[in-house]
Amino acid sequence: MNQQEPLLEVDGLHTGFTIDGDMHYAVNNVSFSVKPKEVVCIVGESGCGKSVMSLSIMDLLPKHNGKIDKGAIRFQGRDLTMLSDKEMNHIRGRDISMIFQEPMTALNPVLTIGFQMDEVLMNHTDLKADEIRRRSVSLLDQVGISRSDQIVNEYPHQLSGGMRQRVMIAMAIACQPKLLIADEPTTALDVTVQAQILELIQKIQDEVGMAMLLITHDLGVVAEMADRVVVMYAGQVVEDTDVDTLFHDPKHPYTKALLRSIPRMDEKQEELDTIKGIVPSLKNMPQQGCRFVDRCPEAMDKCREIDPQLGEEAQNHAVRCLLYDASFPNEQKQRGVGS
Amino acid sequence: MTQESTEYLLQVHELKKYYPVRGGLLQRRVGDVKAVDNISLDLKRGETFGLVGESGCGKSTAGRTITRLFKPTAGSITFEGKDITKLRGSELRSLRQDIQMVFQDPYASLNPRQMVGSVVSEPLVNYGYGSEAKLKDEVMQLLERVGLPADAYYKYPHEFSGGQRQRIGIARALALKPKLIVADEPVSALDVSVQSQVLNLLKELQEEFNLTLLFIAHDLSVVKHMSDRIGVMYLGNLVEVADAEDIYRDPKHPYTQALISAIPQPDPRKKSDRIILSGDVPSPQNPPTGCPFHPRCPKAMPECSADKPQLKEVNRDHRVSCLLYE
Ligand SMILES: Nc1ncnc2c1ncn2[C@@H]1O[C@H](COP(=O)(O)OP(=O)(O)O)[C@@H](O)[C@H]1O
Ligand SMILES: Nc1ncnc2c1ncn2[C@@H]1O[C@H](COP(=O)(O)OP(=O)(O)O)[C@@H](O)[C@H]1O
Ligand SMILES: [Mg+2]
Ligand SMILES: [Mg+2]
Repeated sequence: MNQQEPLLEVDGLHTGFTIDGDMHYAVNNVSFSVKPKEVVCIVGESGCGKSVMSLSIMDLLPKHNGKIDKGAIRFQGRDLTMLSDKEMNHIRGRDISMIFQEPMTALNPVLTIGFQMDEVLMNHTDLKADEIRRRSVSLLDQVGISRSDQIVNEYPHQLSGGMRQRVMIAMAIACQPKLLIADEPTTALDVTVQAQILELIQKIQDEVGMAMLLITHDLGVVAEMADRVVVMYAGQVVEDTDVDTLFHDPKHPYTKALLRSIPRMDEKQEELDTIKGIVPSLKNMPQQGCRFVDRCPEAMDKCREIDPQLGEEAQNHAVRCLLYDASFPNEQKQRGVGS
Repeated sequence: MTQESTEYLLQVHELKKYYPVRGGLLQRRVGDVKAVDNISLDLKRGETFGLVGESGCGKSTAGRTITRLFKPTAGSITFEGKDITKLRGSELRSLRQDIQMVFQDPYASLNPRQMVGSVVSEPLVNYGYGSEAKLKDEVMQLLERVGLPADAYYKYPHEFSGGQRQRIGIARALALKPKLIVADEPVSALDVSVQSQVLNLLKELQEEFNLTLLFIAHDLSVVKHMSDRIGVMYLGNLVEVADAEDIYRDPKHPYTQALISAIPQPDPRKKSDRIILSGDVPSPQNPPTGCPFHPRCPKAMPECSADKPQLKEVNRDHRVSCLLYE
């Protein structure tokens, strides 16, 4: 067993938004950890709180209505939620950096690629002015951009989507961060370009020796990239285990249903499995019991009454479901009668 | 009508669709975006033909030109044995009863102030099948058939989730009992869980209404699930056409091979031998000479930059445009 200290520890995180005067949690008591050099994937349908969770770690929540209400985010033992804006600025971009689905949201359209890269290096390194541009060019080389000496003088809109994502990656790794948070980094890309970018991310992760928190809704990408997987549903972690177990011995009915609903290339299927209904919105979140109950094929009556806890189903395998709750009597575990 | 042509509902022959590029002070035509450069395909009655390829390869342009929302630049389109390439006015209008489209984001094409009931009955009213009130029962049945609750009739599009809005779009497309439906990325905006609901529905409806379906998507696993036959597009051209299973089991074109290998498989024990393509897709305004794929092709030969390959049958019902097979 790997007893290494975690690099990142999210502990009982509650992040909420004020909507019509009331606080609603988009991230509700989320805990998980990332070890050095580990790739942890966060997976779940859209609206499950994946992005809000990653924005919480980076302290990038919309200030006017969003806030971390409870919980700790420990990075190398320091609780990030306790840091001042200035201290957080120092960590962001240097120790932890982030890439997004749409690089245009993070790139400034009126500044050249080189200017924006130089800025990162200026803020976070002691490199001298004449070294900075050289480093920017070599970072572009590292992410597989040909003509890097010309690209530094170009503007973001002159590049293709795949190229822009490479530039974002170059900027994110400029200071050799210990943790890279990537929120759906390939979702907007075509599949052959996605393959290029995933390969690049793997190569860079190895070279830099950084850990990665990769957020995606695509289970194919998870299988490809993850060491460990955290499945989120409606703001909560419902399953947390290593990638092989997740795909070959999933426990939570939500995980199982997600896996079944993917069209398989290697099989001919007449009908696809589905998950009925949709993820509840923040205002329609069930106040009691399991949040998945209305969509769950294995629901029991008790699921509406008892809040399931995230418990260790086996070593290194946590599940939030009454079916795997040892304190809940086995004889009452009758699947599918409560739906 | 010959015996031959009745088997096919739709025949597309050497279709081209170019968009003019204008420039200079006088906005003269300075070039063309060759969005669809040369595609030929035949749809048998009752089959689903999948058109797959990455963004910008011309799928939507092909779909909209085939349904005659756009005017073709060259080539011919035959529907039920009748040449529809140049139809105009009332003839084109009546063709629309037989050919309907379903789009990626029905929301963008739905009037937010129109109740769902009137959204779905609109095509019927337009084609003189009676007033909205008279058609209410029929529309209610349609809504129920696509899996919407009965009170959907009186609601507005924004009150529905993405998957439900796609059902509204499908109900509207079905209203006139068309013979052909062209579905352009109908599930691309949806989560897999909801995507599978809509795909199942489309399959059921196809059988029930005896529809012929041209199913367009960038996701090959979705296209393979839906289709009897598949055409793979690259830069405005069809590079391979075969049965859905054959495309997957025995892809011939190097682009198809790369496309399949790039799809991440949802199983960590299956690490695929990935073919990583270099570079980006060239601009359709200035396509490469010869084979459109040759600058990125791992198997390119010197002659690939000179000769443009044509689709040729290499196995029974399996056509490829690649010099490797000539
Ligand atoms: N700025 C915001 N204000 C109010 N609600 C928000 C905001 N951002 C996200 N949400 C809500 O929080 C929930 C989780 O959203 P998000 O983290 O973006 O989901 P995911 O990334 O898993 O798709 C959703 O219900 C979403 O509508
Ligand atoms: N109205 C238009 N004018 C000019 N170019 C267009 C127009 N619509 C699409 N294109 C271009 O034509 C090519 C094919 O586009 P499209 O048919 O939308 O591809 P796909 O649906 O496969 O993504 C792209 O290069 C696109 O930029
Ligand atoms: Mg998100
Ligand atoms: Mg399109």
